[in-house]
Amino acid sequence: MGSYRLNGTEIEHDEEGYITEISLWSKELADLIAKEENIEMTDEHWEVVNFLREYYEEYQIAPAVRVLIKSIKKSMGKEKGNNKYMYQLFPYGPAKQACKIAGLPKPTGCV
Amino acid sequence: MVMDEGPLEGSVTKRFLYVNRRAPYGTIYALESLEVVLIGAAFEQEVTLAFLDDGVFQLTKGQDTGAIGVKNFSPAYRALGDYDVTNFYVEAESLGERGLTLDDLQQITYEDEDDDWKEKPSIRVVSRRELAAIMAEQDVILSF
Amino acid sequence: MPTLHMVNKSPFEDNALQSCLGHVLKGDAVLLIEDGVYGALAGSAVAGMLGQQNGAVSLYALGPDLAARGLSEKPLLGGVDVIDYGGFVDLVTTLDRSQSWL
Repeated sequence: MGSYRLNGTEIEHDEEGYITEISLWSKELADLIAKEENIEMTDEHWEVVNFLREYYEEYQIAPAVRVLIKSIKKSMGKEKGNNKYMYQLFPYGPAKQACKIAGLPKPTGCV
Repeated sequence: MVMDEGPLEGSVTKRFLYVNRRAPYGTIYALESLEVVLIGAAFEQEVTLAFLDDGVFQLTKGQDTGAIGVKNFSPAYRALGDYDVTNFYVEAESLGERGLTLDDLQQITYEDEDDDWKEKPSIRVVSRRELAAIMAEQDVILSF
Repeated sequence: MPTLHMVNKSPFEDNALQSCLGHVLKGDAVLLIEDGVYGALAGSAVAGMLGQQNGAVSLYALGPDLAARGLSEKPLLGGVDVIDYGGFVDLVTTLDRSQSWL
């Protein structure tokens, strides 16, 4: 356990950095988490993060990486819905890292 | 470890049946079952879900847990098509005993890769006898 | 392709045994364990449920669970075989699959 410090408030996260209270997420927090993951957020990163947040809103789960890539392919086409593109954006795992930045729980099925 | 690499080399695909007999929220069974299904789907096995007895209550539409302070996990069933979990067998007798019909359940669909991605219903209502036969075809039965 | 069905709840508080018997197929085995063994008592209000199987399925009750509940000397339903842990393992390994009616 630990916390992110943002504008003087502490936002709790679990031992792997996933925030424990999803409603405390903000874009500023996403930038902060991304920085700790050594990711410079670009429009392309935001596109995936926003997609994940919409996915969670709809289904209440964080998708496994296979499902995430398949869903991105369906909605944005195969130039983006592929392993290479997604791992370029999120080198340590598109589902794991992007979910963390998006303020979602770790996808079920990752240990 | 990210468990999304598909079947391990030399592994065999088995038929897994998840038997759901409990209502959601009153106990942890339904949520646990869903989590195991999500984890199991990463291994690309042949997965079938059965809903009987109070398990049919897991699929009712319009669930809203806002006021009881627990998470509404019913939307997650609609994501299972993306995980290639497309066989939901619901027992007709269990529905009938509880005064429910198919219309009381949420719509769950999947896109059929082999049929031009046509959207198809995942839920099939089957008789107790048919469900018994489905159980007898499985390699592994996991009960919740 | 017979199935071993296991029931661990008392039929007086839970519908597991009833539901199980609604899904057994000819040649299957039903094993009563833990509080499920209460369903094996002769003369109870639920005795009829198991009695209706007419030999289509084999019925077993786990001896150690009967003993723990003081039921070793009580008369059981006709057709129920009492087995020990070794017999339990034999059933699991001989039948094609196991299903727990939790």
